[in-house]
Amino acid sequence: MAADYAYVGFFLVVGVLFVILNIEILSRIIRPHNPNPQKLTTYECGEEPIGIGWIRFHVRYYLYALVYIVFAVETVFLFPWAIVFRELGLFAFLEMMVFIGILLVGLAYAWKKGALEWA
Amino acid sequence: MMIFATLVERFYAALAAWGIPWIVPTLVVMVIVVSVVLAYISVAAMFMIWWERKISAHIQVRYGPMRVGGWHGWAQSIADGIKLLLKEDLIPTGADKVVFVLAPMVVFGATVAAYVTIPWAPGLIVRDLNIGILYMVSISSLVVVGIIMAGWSSNNKYATLGALRSAAQAVSYEVPLVLSLLGPVMIAGTMSMGKLVEAQSGRWFGVLPGWFVFPQIVAFLTYFTCALAECNRLPFDIPEAESELVAGFHVEYSGMRFAMFFLAEYANMFVVSAIATTLFLGGWHGPWIPLPGLPREVAHGLFGLVWFQVKCYFLIFVMMWLRWTLARLRVDQLMGFAWKVLLPISFANLIVTGLVLILGKHALLYVGGIAILLLVAILLAARPAARTVRVGERT
Repeated sequence: MAADYAYVGFFLVVGVLFVILNIEILSRIIRPHNPNPQKLTTYECGEEPIGIGWIRFHVRYYLYALVYIVFAVETVFLFPWAIVFRELGLFAFLEMMVFIGILLVGLAYAWKKGALEWA
Repeated sequence: MMIFATLVERFYAALAAWGIPWIVPTLVVMVIVVSVVLAYISVAAMFMIWWERKISAHIQVRYGPMRVGGWHGWAQSIADGIKLLLKEDLIPTGADKVVFVLAPMVVFGATVAAYVTIPWAPGLIVRDLNIGILYMVSISSLVVVGIIMAGWSSNNKYATLGALRSAAQAVSYEVPLVLSLLGPVMIAGTMSMGKLVEAQSGRWFGVLPGWFVFPQIVAFLTYFTCALAECNRLPFDIPEAESELVAGFHVEYSGMRFAMFFLAEYANMFVVSAIATTLFLGGWHGPWIPLPGLPREVAHGLFGLVWFQVKCYFLIFVMMWLRWTLARLRVDQLMGFAWKVLLPISFANLIVTGLVLILGKHALLYVGGIAILLLVAILLAARPAARTVRVGERT
C-alpha cells in the first residue's frame, strides 16, 4: 500500500521537475533574454493597460461554488456506498436514497431561488 | 503483461543477492517507469497536436501541415516544440511572479500523476491503487487549481476572466462527472482500475461484449459531455474563447511556459479518454489470437495494449470531430446545462442502477437506461423554445 502512494508522490515530483528542467534549465540556456518595458506590460490588445487585472467579479461565481461544495462532499460519500451497497442490501440503498433525496430538495430550493440562473 | 512484473522481481532478487539495500532497485525501477510514462506523454501529445491540425484541416477542406518532415508534415509538432524552446520568456512586471511560475508545474504535475493508474494492458499498470477511479478524478481536478493560479497571477483582465470561467465550469461539470462514474463502480463493486476492466470480460446476453457502455449508456454520454467541459474543449471552451478572451488564462505565458500548458492539455485529453475506455468501453478487452512464437500471455498483452490505444484515440478523435461540428455554447447555457440537465440525468441513472442491482435483474438495466433516454428526449423536446431577443429590445 505505502509503495503505491510512493509512486503517486514520485510522479507528482517528477512532473514538477520535468517542467523546471524544460523551462528553467533547457530553455534558459538557449533562449534570448532582452526584456524592455513595452514587452513586460500586461497584454491588453496593444493599448496601455487600464488599472490592474485583479478586477472585482460577479457574485454568481460564489453561488455556484457554494452549491458545488454541497454536492462534492456528497459524491465522496457515495463512492464507498457504491462498492458495498449490494452486500448491505435494501436498507442501505433506501438510506442512501433518503440522503440523496435531502440533497435534491436542496437543489430544487437553489433552482427555485434562482441560484442556478446566470443572470 | 505479467512478464514485466517477473522481470522486476528478478531484478530485485538479483540485487538483494549482492547485498545492495532494497531502496536502490526500487528507485531504479521508479525512475525507469516514470521516464517511460513521460516519454509516452510527450510523444502522444505531439502526435495529437499534429493529428488535430490534420483533422481540423480536412474537415474544413484544407490540407493542414504538409511540408515539415516530408510525409504530410509529420514533423510539424517537433518543429513547433523547438520553436517554443527558443522563444524569449516574459513575465509581466505586474504579475505575481511566484504563483505565475508555479502554475504550469501544478498543471503538469497533476496531469502526470493521473497516469499512475491507467491500465494499459492486462497486468501492465504502474500501480493499481484500490481507490483507482476516485484517485484519477481527484488528481485530474487539481488541474483547475493550476489554471486559476495562472489566470489570477497574470494580472491581466482576460486571464482573470478566463480563470474564473474555467473554475465555474469545472466545478459545475465535476458533479455530474463523478456521479456518472458511480454506475460502473456500482456494477463492478470496485474502484480499482484493473478490476474494473476485468469485470467487463463477460458478455451481455451472450452477444454483446461485456462493456459497461451498454447498460450504462446514459452515464457514458453524461461522462463524455462532462469530460469535454473538464478539458475546456469545444463546445465548452468558454474559458479560452479566442474571439472574446484572446487565449483565456494563458494569455501572458510565452515560450516554454506556454508549451507546458499545451502539453498538459493534450495529456489531459488522453487521461479522460483513458477513464472512459476503462470504465465504459472495456479497457484492453477485444478480440485477440495467439501469435506464433510468443507465449499466450505476451500475445494477449500485446493485443490488449493495441485495443486500449485504439479505443482511447477513437474517443480523442470524437473530441476533435466535435470541435468542428458544434458551436460554442453561451455561458448561461453552459452553466444551466450542467445543473439543470446533466445533474438530474446522472441522479436518475444512479437511482435506476441501484434499484436494478438491488432487485438483481440485470436485464432491467437496459430498460431503465432506455427509459431515462426517452424521458430526457421528451423533456428536451417539450421545453419551450428560447425567446430570441431582438436588437434594441429591453429584456
